[in-house]
Amino acid sequence: MIAKRVIPCLDVHAGQVTRGVQFGIAEAGGLRNVGDPVELALRYNEQGADEMVFFDITATAHGRTTMVDVVERAADQCFMPLTVGGGLRSVDDMYAMLRAGADKISINSSALATPDLIRAGAEKFGSQCIVVSIDAKKAGPDRWEVFSHGGRKATGLDAVEWAKRAVALGAGEIVLNSIDADGTKAGFDLVITRRISESVGVPVVASGGAGTLEHMAEVLLEGRADAVLAASIFHFGEFTVGDVKRFLAGKGIVVRLA
Amino acid sequence: MIALIDYGSGNLRSVEKALRHVGAEVQLVAHPDGLQDARAVVLPGVGAFDDCINALKTQELLEALRVFIRTGRPFLGICVGYQALFERSEEFNSRAPGLAIFPGSVVRFPAQPGFKIPQIGWNQLELVKPDCPLYRDIPNGSFVYFVHSFFPQPVDEAIVATRTDYGVSFASSVWRDNVFATQFHPEKSQTIGLQILKNFVELAK
Repeated sequence: MIAKRVIPCLDVHAGQVTRGVQFGIAEAGGLRNVGDPVELALRYNEQGADEMVFFDITATAHGRTTMVDVVERAADQCFMPLTVGGGLRSVDDMYAMLRAGADKISINSSALATPDLIRAGAEKFGSQCIVVSIDAKKAGPDRWEVFSHGGRKATGLDAVEWAKRAVALGAGEIVLNSIDADGTKAGFDLVITRRISESVGVPVVASGGAGTLEHMAEVLLEGRADAVLAASIFHFGEFTVGDVKRFLAGKGIVVRLA
Repeated sequence: MIALIDYGSGNLRSVEKALRHVGAEVQLVAHPDGLQDARAVVLPGVGAFDDCINALKTQELLEALRVFIRTGRPFLGICVGYQALFERSEEFNSRAPGLAIFPGSVVRFPAQPGFKIPQIGWNQLELVKPDCPLYRDIPNGSFVYFVHSFFPQPVDEAIVATRTDYGVSFASSVWRDNVFATQFHPEKSQTIGLQILKNFVELAK
């Protein structure tokens, strides 16, 4: 049986892992410094993380250079799948990260600006390599709108429609981040997660809102997500990856216990 | 020395690091000459079947690999490097003939409710051949990391070393003589994966 995945996410700023409370707070100076990305990666590797996401929150050329170094150092010591995102705008940017040791590339704003980047990446590296990350915000009783630029810019796109289009263009995985829930620790948005998971044939990773172990179980069971991604819950030592997995296993969810 | 075939595959560095981690002396080889003194070969791969075959052909490695395998020295193919050992792929628009070391073709997972394609994540190995040297000290049911939409269907069931269930039961690795190949990524499968690579490296000593 394939296991549901538990994925710590490391937001990297100037070579350090940081964590803002909610979208936009980081820019206002509300970052909390969490530590060295490679040290954290090693800790989560020990705890049995199924995968790790490195996210460059500066999304700049300088940030990319820093990230190549972070990924190389992490890949030298952690023999596990690594995903890199943030500010990757071309097939060349993607290749630099893959050569550094990344397995998957996550794109968000650049895919919204140039949807063809999804197709180009999938043709060059295979669909399994291209993750499209979607920041969605509830915009009505039955509508979720896609935002770009770290949740700052409304796009007018419907989240379910954009997910389907991204998959049609070649995305091999969708990360769904709920803007409303992100950083609140009040639980994932189960409705939109399930809707997208049932609308696309590729795996869906739920992100944003994990505060308790029960939230993780809910989004895998009711939300039909294939994986859960979380940051704060792990960084601040509330739970280890092992804690999460043992809890999920107790709920009858198939996980890989290290 | 283990020759790691360098033809632009994205997971090259990860495979190199993992092999070195388990004590192998590794050399990146982009030209047939590099196979001469190799005690073993590892063929990595991610992405499309045709890209792999065409790149190997351009670098004159396709025939060189066939010759190497015939010498009986240890060979390990990973992911697309596993698929390349078969005759052909049913990947969209695929035209390139594979290495044809084993009869059979590479097929896509059938669409089934509840099974997302690609298969991305950790799935279990059913050891069909527990005596396969690659799986020394590997418990039955171990989780390893997969990321793929296609898998080979060997005509000869006798070469199947492990099976994995993802809606269908597929050959997640094969073994014949000194030829080993895995659909999963040992270089990304943490402790279990490193043990599998270590077992291969032992064969090359």
